[in-house]
Order: sequence, then C-alpha cells, then structure tokens
Amino acid sequence: MNKKRSRKKISRTLVFLALWAVGLLFLAPMALTFTNSFMSAEEITVHYGEVLSQSTGGGDYMTEAVRLQFIPDIVSFRQYKTFLLESPEYLYKFWNSVLLVVPIVALQVAVAALAAYGFALYQGRGRRILFFSYILLMLLPSQVTLVPNYLMTKWLNLLDTRLAVILPGIFAPFSVYLLSKAMGRIPKELIEAASLDGAGPWRIFTQIVLPQCKSTLYSVIILVFIDNWNMVEQVLVLLTDEDKQPLSVFLSQINAGEVSLALAVATVYMIPPLLLFLHGEEHLVAGIADSGNWKE
Amino acid sequence: MASRRKNGSARRTQLISACFLTPSAMGVLVFFVIPFGVIVYYSLVDNPIQQSFVGLDNYISLLQNTAFRLAARNTLLFSGLAVVLSLGLAVLLEKKIPLKSQLRSCFLSPLVVPAASVVLIWQVIFHYNGALNSILSLFGLEAVDWLSSAYSIPVMVVLFLWKNLGYNMVLFMATLANIPREPLEAAMIDGASARVIFFRFKLRYLSPTLVFVTIMSLVNSFKIFREIYLLTGDYPYESLYMLQHFMNNTFRSLDYQKLSSAAVVMLLVIAGVIAVLFALEKWLGRDLEQ
Repeated sequence: MNKKRSRKKISRTLVFLALWAVGLLFLAPMALTFTNSFMSAEEITVHYGEVLSQSTGGGDYMTEAVRLQFIPDIVSFRQYKTFLLESPEYLYKFWNSVLLVVPIVALQVAVAALAAYGFALYQGRGRRILFFSYILLMLLPSQVTLVPNYLMTKWLNLLDTRLAVILPGIFAPFSVYLLSKAMGRIPKELIEAASLDGAGPWRIFTQIVLPQCKSTLYSVIILVFIDNWNMVEQVLVLLTDEDKQPLSVFLSQINAGEVSLALAVATVYMIPPLLLFLHGEEHLVAGIADSGNWKE
Repeated sequence: MASRRKNGSARRTQLISACFLTPSAMGVLVFFVIPFGVIVYYSLVDNPIQQSFVGLDNYISLLQNTAFRLAARNTLLFSGLAVVLSLGLAVLLEKKIPLKSQLRSCFLSPLVVPAASVVLIWQVIFHYNGALNSILSLFGLEAVDWLSSAYSIPVMVVLFLWKNLGYNMVLFMATLANIPREPLEAAMIDGASARVIFFRFKLRYLSPTLVFVTIMSLVNSFKIFREIYLLTGDYPYESLYMLQHFMNNTFRSLDYQKLSSAAVVMLLVIAGVIAVLFALEKWLGRDLEQ
C-alpha cells in the first residue's frame, strides 16, 4: 500500500515536471524574440546568418551550425532607435495595424452588444433560426467567408481600401454569440424593475445591461483584438495594396539584412496584445470558458 | 382586455429587439448572406458575363482539379491530427497540479502573440541549417528539411498545438470543475475504477465541451495558414498546400466559377461535419440532466 502510494507520488512529480518543461517551452519563442531583439545586426548575422539569408528552407547543410542564444553578447538598442526614429516605413505599418484593428474592435463590440441584447429580449419565433445562422457563420473558416466578402467589397468599389477589411470585420459574429450568452443571464427582475420605474429600452441597455456584462465585454474586446492584430488572410485578398497592409503581414517580408530590426519590430508588435493579456487574463479565461458552454 | 395588453407589450418588445438586432443583421446580410447567394448562382453558371446555366459542371471540374484535391486532403489530414492531439494533451492536463494557474498562463500566452512576431524564431528553429537540426546532430541524427519535406506536417501540428492548446485547456478545465460531485463520489464508494469513472461519468459531462473543442480546433486549424504563409509564402512544399493557398491563388486569377464552387463545397462539408458532431454529442449526453 505504502509502496503504491509512493510510486503514485513519483509519477505525479514526473508529470508535474514534464508539464512545466513543456510550459516553459511554450514561452520560449516569445522570450527568444524579445531577448534576441537586443542583438545588434552583426551579432544576428554571426548567430543566425546561415539561416536567415535565405528566406525558405532547403540548401546545403553548413558545417557551421546555428545555435539559439537567449542572451545577447552585447545589448544593443540601435535597432530600436532605427525603428522608432529613423525608418518611418515600419512605424507607418504599425500605424496601419492600428487603423485597421481599432475600428474593427470598437464597432464589432458595439454592434454585437446591440444585437446580443436584441437576442436576449426576443423570445418569439425565428429566434432559434437566426441565432443558429450566427453560430454557423461564426464557425465558417475565413476560406469560405472571404469569397462573399470579396464580391461585396468589389461591388462597393472598396477593394484595396482599409474599409474592405474593416467593414466585414465589424460584422463577424463571434462577439454576438458570447455577449448574448452573458445578457441572457441577467436576472429578468432587474430589467422589469427598471422598466416599471419608467426607464426606456435604451436606458435599460446602457445603464443596466452593459454594466452587468462588463467582464464579458472585456473578454470579447481582448479576443477580438488579438485575433485581428494577427490578421493575415483578409489582407492578402482584400487589401493587396502594400502601403496599407498591417505589420502582421508586412513583417514577414523584411530583407535578410534587416533581421535585427525585424526582431525589434516584432517585439514591439507583440506588446499590445501581451499587455492586454496580462491585464485581463482572468476575464479572457472566463470568456473562453463561457464560450464553450454552448448548451445553456 | 388583459390579454390584449399583454399582446401589445409582446409586440412592443419584439419591435424593440428588432431595432437592436438591425445593425448587425444588416451587416451580416450585406457582407455574407446576399453575396453568398450570388456565389451559389455563380457556381452554377458558365461565367459571370454570359451566365448560361451549366448545372454541376463547375463542381465536377473543381473536384477534378489536382490543386484543390491536394489542398483539401492536406487541410483535412491536418485538421484531424490537430484535433486528436489537442484533445489528448488537454486530458493529460486534467490532473491536480500545483501552480496550475501559472502553468495555464504559459499555455495560454501563445494565443495572444501575432504569428508574424515569432515567425523569425520558427525559421531559425526549423530551417535546414537551423537550431533543431543542430540539436539532432549532437545525437548523431540525420538533418531533416523540416519545412519542405514530409516532416512539414508534424511541424505544423506542433505550431498548431503551441497556439491552441491553452484555449482547449481552459475549456476542459472549466467543464471538469463543473461536474457534479455526488454521482462521482457515489460511484467511488461503490468501488468503481478510475477508468470506469472517466468513461461513464466525466466523458459524458464533457461531451458538449468535447464537441465544442473539436469544432473550434477545426475552425482554428484553418488559421494555421497564417503561420504556413508567413513561413513559406504562396507556393509552399506540396504537403503544406492548404485550401487557403488554393483560394488565394484562385483569387489572383479571378476564376469565379472555381472560387464559388469551392466556397459552396467547403460550406457543405463543414456544415455536415458540425451536424454529425452535434448528433454525436446528443447521443453521448443522452439521459444526463443538464
């Protein structure tokens, strides 16, 4: 009995150690991007030159093997200076990301909050079908939805403008799904009481419903932001004008000679979503957990 | 009189809710539903200018298109692998572990990092002259061309798990925490083994989450295109050629017939898969009170 228990303890410790090893491995790519962004261009060439001079795989195996190195030999801020002060091109692409993502997040959440309250209020016929169409739309991969998006933006003469990415982005149904779950949970008595006090629907919406869903609103904002900050496929189809493309696409097109600069840009680019994550992790987790609870 | 007033107030509620729904519904209609109707139409005619009806010809030529078949096969294979593996790993994480929430943060953080930010590191790792091969060579193993050989699929599965495991883990942990304790304890007192408890109880309470995770993994597995595209460009190695590459390259040639019929086929396949999963969930969760 005792033996069995101690064996169980050992196996549990092993699982624990293995999980933590994997967990730290999960952090490694971010950590490497961050620390390596302080390497000077020369140091990058010394460490990774063999790999990054060609953009794709293949080629002869070199005798000089690449070694990943976490800590730079000399900490250099030169590439950050280049990025922030000397090469407007990258800052401009960063600004492009902001110009695309901020309107999408703000308007998607606003439109979705309205729609979600509509779903919570309406209990009549057709609700299930309408809600189910939102869910189906939410589950379609962008490979499918981009075709209708493309046709409509083309008819509206919006192709290659920022609106071509922003407008379809506003109506992505994910936040409607999550918010209407949260709004469905608000006690009916609360709304009825306000209504008896003479509050109109708009006042009930802004002063009771929205404050009640604060946590879900926050998690929706985070989820929508991180998804769009990482946008690739919409841009490739709807916004082929390179001047307007966001960093999430442009970063992969850097020249081999500018790797250290690219790492600095990459680091700056991941700061906004990481800050949101660190600040709102509990809300994000609650939101994800709630999204899985589709049966209620 | 009373019922009439009730009717009136119900109609009023309906009107108000319609007002709240309108902006979103209009957008969905304009950017998704209406053009999709046109797509279905395009998929049945010979070209958008002449518009003569050709039945299923476009579908037949799509299904005979080698690029489409390659892309569909790769996407399906990849999605299947990714789903099964992320389920397995998420179940492993069910155990009681100290520092669980810190560990959760580690697993969740890749979700928020843009693909473009870490793509350089992936290149350094997976390049032919990269870090992974130099580690392998320490053990005397042969170097592998990770991004342009049959090994590219496992590499992408690893990238997929890196990105999505935390998300699935959160979903599973939330459900496991909500399983009612009494029937579990009763079964344990009756001397049921851990395996019986897992299959008879937990799995059945988990079934809605299992279905959700499977669907989300399927949806997210389409997003691995981002990493593949950023790493390997428009025309990657054969086994990485996904449906998104096919669509992208068809967009460039503006072949509406091919695009529309491909979109319709994909919609049907995905709706079919989701319907099957829902039916499966209903069967697994039968006679469980929610």
